[in-house]
Amino acid sequence: MIEGIGVFDVLVVSTLMFFIGVYGFLVRKNLITILMSVELILNSVNINFVIFNKYLYPDMLQGYMFSMFAIGIAAAEAAVAIAIILNVFRKMTSIDADNVDTMKY
Amino acid sequence: MEKLIFYILAAVILVFSVLTVTSRKILRAAVYLLFVLVATAGIYFLLNYNFLGAVQLTVYSGGIVVLIVFAILLTAHMEHKLDPVKPIKGITAALLALVGAAVSIFAMSQYPFTARTTEEAPYDIEMIGTKLLSYGENGYVLPFEVISVLLLAAMVAAIIIAKKSVSND
Repeated sequence: MIEGIGVFDVLVVSTLMFFIGVYGFLVRKNLITILMSVELILNSVNINFVIFNKYLYPDMLQGYMFSMFAIGIAAAEAAVAIAIILNVFRKMTSIDADNVDTMKY
Repeated sequence: MEKLIFYILAAVILVFSVLTVTSRKILRAAVYLLFVLVATAGIYFLLNYNFLGAVQLTVYSGGIVVLIVFAILLTAHMEHKLDPVKPIKGITAALLALVGAAVSIFAMSQYPFTARTTEEAPYDIEMIGTKLLSYGENGYVLPFEVISVLLLAAMVAAIIIAKKSVSND
């Protein structure tokens, strides 16, 4: 436990980080920057799990384990997303989300 | 002292998060993301969760950021600058994010979180390894196995998707 820091202080940081990620997700067009925003969001959620585990249920390890699995899934997700992005780039020579509408209609 | 370190880490996280989503040079955005992830690992270390901090450093800031940098180098020029955000879009998104953050923080400030001071579970590496592979109460062998299959599937899928198709033009 961090001395002098409560749950709320950490939650404010992670909430702001989450919504900065949401802003980036909405504003950006480049697929890689969208992926980076998603990573920000995932990271803030991990902080939440860890802080709840540490402060509210210190006798258990659920939050710890959950964020560890979330990190693993984030790695898998990033690998697949980047593979898709590279394939899109090869087919359309651009990775702006606006141009990727081949399957739209 | 710990309080001061936490505030420094929080400031680093917030400043570099904003820079990540506003920087117009994409490679710089990736480096700012790296700073955010390292500062998050710092918070884990501050909470005494050493193994989680190490996982964060190796998998997130080691693996994912390197993947992203590779993808950037394969798809964009170094000097490539992203188009500026349209004002109306930027303002709408910023408003949405601000309102969301305000509502969430307000809701959280209303809830009385009481930190419990019961004895902490042991979380050294030995304990975590035992928990990950035990199938009794509070064992995590099922998610562990499921995630190993998921990682294998993701690896195969990434290779299949990213490889050049032979027949296609």
